[in-house]
Amino acid sequence: MSTLTSHRRSPAAQPPTLRAKRLPKWMPPAIALGALLVAAAIVYGTGLGGPVLVVVVGGLLYLGGLYAAANAVEGQRAARNRTWSALIHSAFVLAVLPLASVVWTLLSRGAERLDADFFGTSMNNIGARDPNGGAYHAIVGTLEQVGIATLITVPIGILCAIYIVEYGRGRFAFAIRFFVDVMTGIPSIVSGLFVLAFWVLIVSPYFSSTGRPGFSGFAAALALSVLMLPTVVRSTEEMLRLVPAPLREGAYALGVPKWKTILRVVLPTALPGIVTGVMLAIARAAGETAPVLLVAGGGAAINLNPFENNQSSLALFVYQQAGDASRYAPARAWTAALTLVALVLVLTIAAKLLARRNRLGR
Amino acid sequence: MAKRIEAADVTAYYGGFKAIENINLTVEPKTVTALIGPSGCGKSTFLRSINRMHEVLPGARVEGSLTIDGQDIYDRDVDVTAVRRMIGMVFQRPNPFPTMSIFENVVAGLRLNGVRKKSILDEAAEKALRSANLWDEVKDRLGKPGAGLSGGQQQRLCIARTIAVEPQVVLMDEPCSALDPISTLAIEDLMFQLKDKFTIIIVTHNMQQAARVSDRTAFFSIEKTGDPGRLIEYDNTQKIFSNPSVKKTEDYITGRFG
Ligand SMILES: Nc1ncnc2c1ncn2[C@@H]1O[C@H](COP(=O)(O)OP(=O)(O)OP(=O)(O)O)[C@@H](O)[C@H]1O
Ligand SMILES: [Mg+2]
Repeated sequence: MSTLTSHRRSPAAQPPTLRAKRLPKWMPPAIALGALLVAAAIVYGTGLGGPVLVVVVGGLLYLGGLYAAANAVEGQRAARNRTWSALIHSAFVLAVLPLASVVWTLLSRGAERLDADFFGTSMNNIGARDPNGGAYHAIVGTLEQVGIATLITVPIGILCAIYIVEYGRGRFAFAIRFFVDVMTGIPSIVSGLFVLAFWVLIVSPYFSSTGRPGFSGFAAALALSVLMLPTVVRSTEEMLRLVPAPLREGAYALGVPKWKTILRVVLPTALPGIVTGVMLAIARAAGETAPVLLVAGGGAAINLNPFENNQSSLALFVYQQAGDASRYAPARAWTAALTLVALVLVLTIAAKLLARRNRLGR
Repeated sequence: MAKRIEAADVTAYYGGFKAIENINLTVEPKTVTALIGPSGCGKSTFLRSINRMHEVLPGARVEGSLTIDGQDIYDRDVDVTAVRRMIGMVFQRPNPFPTMSIFENVVAGLRLNGVRKKSILDEAAEKALRSANLWDEVKDRLGKPGAGLSGGQQQRLCIARTIAVEPQVVLMDEPCSALDPISTLAIEDLMFQLKDKFTIIIVTHNMQQAARVSDRTAFFSIEKTGDPGRLIEYDNTQKIFSNPSVKKTEDYITGRFG
């Protein structure tokens, strides 16, 4: 009873039936159409702007009109509900529009060079007047660099998150969390400079066959690792914290040691979320240009060895081709951008499927 | 095989909050002991301190001594996992592992402790599920997720999971609160079977159940909110329910509490 009486209306004002008057189905679309027409009349009548303004003004008029109509027929609560739903749906459309536009632009402009040449050849010996040339070397570079960076960051990042959530107590864990947070904000160019100064100039001479410092895909992978690590740690940490304590206790109560509980109960439960976090990190790393340019140097030729000599990457390829004077370069840049997005998409879908295979169907 | 458990001056804290104080009681081997008392009086806390689950919570600690057949459970050299393997526990709320199937849930204790052989696991799973009165309901969908069962089925799954590792002491925190009368009877039957070999401690809010299944009953209570829970009376179940020596016990049992 108390829930009823504490309701804003007094019980006496409650409608006697459960059925209430509803706006007819055709009403909202009709209001939308009317709003658009009025908006068009206003905008073109005053000569203020074009179709975009019509949509904006029309949208506002629609919200107002919908509220007024619903308020008159259905009452205030329903009117609010309708207006907010309309607002939320428009927010969704606003969020999807740029995405759809990006995908459309990539597809329409990238289609031109979507041929075997593009995926089978490099830019070696391609002059300004050559219409062909491809991104094979860049695709190889991206795959190797991001692959190595993932191999480095995923184990370290997940272990680090496990330490913070399951074992870390006191100052040390706090310090690690703090530095991970700081790392999240490192600009990619700084990470590139760090690897340039530390790895390329100081360490790499000891590993190279010539004994001289040199660029390499591996150096780029290191720079990408610096960028990926904080993302992996933080997302894994959040996911591990979401695993309910009673699950851990259930395993402990069976006499299962803590490390095994983490490995066999906690991690599998958090796995889908962890995978999402890792994929976000990978997507970010795959799109980085500056560090690759700084420490891998780029290059036009195919170099399958990530540990020696220059390598390119898709992002870097896009950057270079987009700035190239050749009239054939922009098409190559678009196709490379399309390839990059497709690559990340395919990886993400594959990872999600893999993570789901471990879960049981309902 | 069965173990005697002795608690001496057991006091447990959650951070700065003292939840139970100076609990002294001895649980005889091959008996069922019921813990009863009003909500919040520390029954779960005491139960969890018996298999060292209490200390899992951050800031929680136990003082006093708890021994099992004379061995101090809280001794520095004691391996916690060995204690928990010996003293199994069914929790107040069902907590099946969400990533595991029904079968995997039941044999989780065995598997995670290194048993690999399929035939052993199959046999143990069927036996445990039958004892928990769940076999008939799930035998055709052992590969389905454990979290897809009803609340009461999940609770029986957790009971099966606990007894599958054959602990020598079984702690049950209100195991039947989500069960229908038939399953409740089945679990009570299970307790009768288990007590042939093992020691059982059960928390229950159901007086009839305490009277039916237990040999000894411990009544816990608190003075007022915020006070630590204390053991008010501990005696043979018959005595507690027919002729308790403390007035407070009688009030609680006859429903004149508070
Ligand atoms: N995780 C916790 N942190 C802090 N205090 C807690 C925690 N768990 C329980 N307590 C407190 O300890 C006291 C005893 O709780 P406990 O769970 O042992 O009660 P109980 O007798 O099992 O009650 P119920 O019959 O409702 O299950 C209560 O006052 C409770 O608020
Ligand atoms: Mg309890």
